[in-house]
Amino acid sequence: MRLELRESVPWWLSLAAPIMAIALSLLLASLLIIWAGESIIDAFRMMAIGAFGSTFALTETLSRAIPLTLTGLAAAIAFRARFYNIGAEGQLYCGALAATLVGTGLMDLNAFWMIPLLFVAGALAGGCALLLPWYLKTRLSVDEVVTTLLLNFVILLLVSYALEGPLRDPMSMGWPQAAPIIDAGVLPALVPRTRLHAGLYVALAAAIVLWLLLRFSVFGFSVKALGLNSNAARHAGIPATRTLFWVAMLSGALAGAAGVSEVAGLKGYLTLDLSPGFGYTGIAVAMLANLHPLGVVLSATFLAGISVGADSMGRALGVPSYIADIMVASAVLSVLIGLMLSRYRVRR
Amino acid sequence: MDILDILISASFWAATIRIACPLIFATLGELICERAGVLNLGIEGIMTAGAMSGWLWVYNGGDLIGAVLFAAAVGAMLGLLHASFTVSLGLSQHVTGIGITLLASSLSYFIIKMLLPESTSPPKIVPFQNIDVPILSSLPFLGEALFSHTPLTYTAFLVVPIIMYVLYRTPWGLAMRIAGENPVALEAQGIDVIRVRTLAVMLGSALMAIGGASLTISAFDAFYFGMINGRGWICVALVIFASWRPGKALLGALLFAGLDAFQVRMQQQAGAYIPYQFFLMLPYVLSIVAMIIVARRAEYPKALLKPYRRGERL
Repeated sequence: MRLELRESVPWWLSLAAPIMAIALSLLLASLLIIWAGESIIDAFRMMAIGAFGSTFALTETLSRAIPLTLTGLAAAIAFRARFYNIGAEGQLYCGALAATLVGTGLMDLNAFWMIPLLFVAGALAGGCALLLPWYLKTRLSVDEVVTTLLLNFVILLLVSYALEGPLRDPMSMGWPQAAPIIDAGVLPALVPRTRLHAGLYVALAAAIVLWLLLRFSVFGFSVKALGLNSNAARHAGIPATRTLFWVAMLSGALAGAAGVSEVAGLKGYLTLDLSPGFGYTGIAVAMLANLHPLGVVLSATFLAGISVGADSMGRALGVPSYIADIMVASAVLSVLIGLMLSRYRVRR
Repeated sequence: MDILDILISASFWAATIRIACPLIFATLGELICERAGVLNLGIEGIMTAGAMSGWLWVYNGGDLIGAVLFAAAVGAMLGLLHASFTVSLGLSQHVTGIGITLLASSLSYFIIKMLLPESTSPPKIVPFQNIDVPILSSLPFLGEALFSHTPLTYTAFLVVPIIMYVLYRTPWGLAMRIAGENPVALEAQGIDVIRVRTLAVMLGSALMAIGGASLTISAFDAFYFGMINGRGWICVALVIFASWRPGKALLGALLFAGLDAFQVRMQQQAGAYIPYQFFLMLPYVLSIVAMIIVARRAEYPKALLKPYRRGERL
């Protein structure tokens, strides 16, 4: 038995990978639910209701999908160029930190200027967090996976220091949290009395712009070439170092924007538990979307639904909500197999 | 003066040895995988699974040696999963590793939550006790620093020469090293590259899991959420720092453990002037610095990250 590369992948086969991944992760989740002694149908129904069953549930899922879309896009563009940025979690906190620095009274602008300013600051901070890994990879060929992973811990400790020291809100009664973003910087709510905020538009716009950029620009072509075969790309005259610089900047900026939208949209102030691993889940989002920017929106919504649904099921039934993480992880692994099966055909 | 006080205290050196134990196991584990040509980023999750399963075994009334073996078996199974993706199917080692880390750690937390729904930190067990080496442990200074540790810690130091022997002096170790340098040559010798790499990843993952278990059944006495806390990633950096050599890996692990023990003691002394977060950052920052230092002369195993498919050119 051997594998043979397909010349072209029919469209229905490219959908097969994510569908298979979802099916396999549902299967694994079913086994765990049985072990927990609950009925599978009940559990999945509770999950579906908790994620999509009411206006409130739907807005919760969509607000969870905002950061996941942005970190998913961050992973998608980086992985396309084979720049394995696993540091979206840290870059997210960099963005949140920048938004807190700029948005808690440093300057007093109206919302029309303030909100874009917050995103620009956050995106810049996120991008800068990738400067060192980019430099080390392109100049010294130090593996970016390890540097970005380790920087996550450094950045988180830096945020922890800022929240207990210079940035701590004097009104926080000693809790390690920063002062709230001023009113002009707060992203407006989209549905009254819910947590869904205008960050949704930012995430959608980012997905569309990134798709256009990758699909129609020279930069997009260079990214694709680098990802397919970096040696061939270099020989063809594609400036690898420069392209990777912009890939790193964009990837970090997107993750930073996720941090801004969480601080200025969802929470209102920076805390150490701002992100329950959005940076890492973003990798799953991107993989499930086969690194396609528009697909990222769908897979982010789906994975957001799983985690919101699992939370609400966990409260009602005796199934720990860690089941959401397990489903995300098994989706990452099974989508890899699915992608391989769609790209190769098995010959005897 | 303060620094000198720390360096001449036996408890500092004892702590260094104690902290090094999980790092030694896990770094050697990662080293074996990479020497065979497979980057195993599942390390963080495999260590978590090892910590959880070792603790669970003892909590359920098992003995400590059984706990080590059980953790190793769990690790080897996760290694088999990793290898079937990255070796048999030749899929992305980066994504598979991250996926396995997510899967293994969330499964571990799920299992703990299932068994103990109420508690935030699982109950304590009776871990390995310190064993004083006869005669040697009564030496002044050295006795406390080197010869009063748990059996698992002594084992960590014994594993280093064993791995060195296996890697450099046995046909099996030679096969493993060639699998990571030139798999086509290995195939030409009639040796199945897929099998060699799979076994190497399983063995390496078992060692990582023992490293994780050493935290719950030797260094501490309970399983905490997030207790691995990036140790796995530090071990990946240590392998690069060690230029893929077991002896240097031991040195690197000791260096980092020493730094960690030092940082904790400096926190107590200088904590008033410098916020503690900056001390906690040191291991991560220095891991990056260490990789930069060796970057120029890093000799990666030639076939690292390259999947092997029979009959295909590299």
